[in-house]
Amino acid sequence: MRTHWNIFIAFFRVGMLGYGGGPGSIPLIHKEVVDKYKWMTADEFGDLLALGNTLPGPIATKLPGYVGYRVRGIWGMINAVLATIVPTVILMIVLLTSLSSVKDFDWVQGMTAAVIPVVGVMLAVLTWQFIEKAIGGMGWIKTGIMSVIIFALLQFLNVHPGIVIGVLLVFALVQKDKSKHDDGSREGDSP
Amino acid sequence: MIYWEIFVAFFVPGILGYGGGPASIPLVENEVVDRYGWMTVQEFSEVLALGNSLPGPIATKMAGYIGYDVGGVFGAFVGVFAAVAPSLIIMILLFGFLLKYKESPKVKRLTLYVRPVIAILLGVMAWNFFKESYVDIGFWQTGIIIVASYLLLERVKLHPAFVIIGAFIYGGLLL
Repeated sequence: MRTHWNIFIAFFRVGMLGYGGGPGSIPLIHKEVVDKYKWMTADEFGDLLALGNTLPGPIATKLPGYVGYRVRGIWGMINAVLATIVPTVILMIVLLTSLSSVKDFDWVQGMTAAVIPVVGVMLAVLTWQFIEKAIGGMGWIKTGIMSVIIFALLQFLNVHPGIVIGVLLVFALVQKDKSKHDDGSREGDSP
Repeated sequence: MIYWEIFVAFFVPGILGYGGGPASIPLVENEVVDRYGWMTVQEFSEVLALGNSLPGPIATKMAGYIGYDVGGVFGAFVGVFAAVAPSLIIMILLFGFLLKYKESPKVKRLTLYVRPVIAILLGVMAWNFFKESYVDIGFWQTGIIIVASYLLLERVKLHPAFVIIGAFIYGGLLL
């Protein structure tokens, strides 16, 4: 029972303090899981984070879910996930429903109009971060060519993004890996 | 069959959103605005703005609120479940397997190849938001807010919640 309470409190704190979406809560999870409750070593947590990032879906629920499962099985997992998400979802529903009841006032319309460009800027910054990461991983020529093709597929041919992503995932898996010689020389260069 | 639609609308972004919660936002918009027409771009942007100013993971806040908006409390439950469960189950089942192959180029390529897609989806969304704002409040107001919020967010490194509150005050008083 005591462990369950710890799991709940640890991830409740993470959920309530993690501003900036899922990635914003990763350092908080690290603090609880590694430093405070010592459910994992820093190395294990590093592996968990790396693998979590290679899988799809929200990172802020994959990490608590897995940690909860490791510590206390299925119920630990459910406990951790609920503690992370339920408080903030309730907050969101309460705030947005009360906002929509005053929607027709002029000042409320002014507020919602002013916030659209701000969200636009946040999305543009995120766009740039994803481009930077793509360039870091495969160079700007490959990123540029891929981007142009993907843009045309999505915007002009109206292909569902799921299909584009699915094809790319298959491509990533079937593509031949570079020869061992290549990998060896790159590893030799990096240190 | 609304619950089935809610499930699909958040299952697809959850299973395709490589790169954490933010990567699934444009995919959610694709389902919620374009495919099912539950919200306009304007409404979606309000939900996103408020979601960004509150704590906690963004993907589940969006799923919970939109699920609630469309299908009540059970709708919220279905939305959150669809966003969270599939990727979490994969994580628990495949962890040992992935740990063994974590240095494999194939595993690394999985995330890498999806990044340009997410970037373009996010970029198009940002563009649509700017366009929407230009139509709504004109060139100068849109421009002022863009420049001010960029400087505050990226140069001053002010917390997004404060920038959003600032925008609310500006809009409430001056627009």
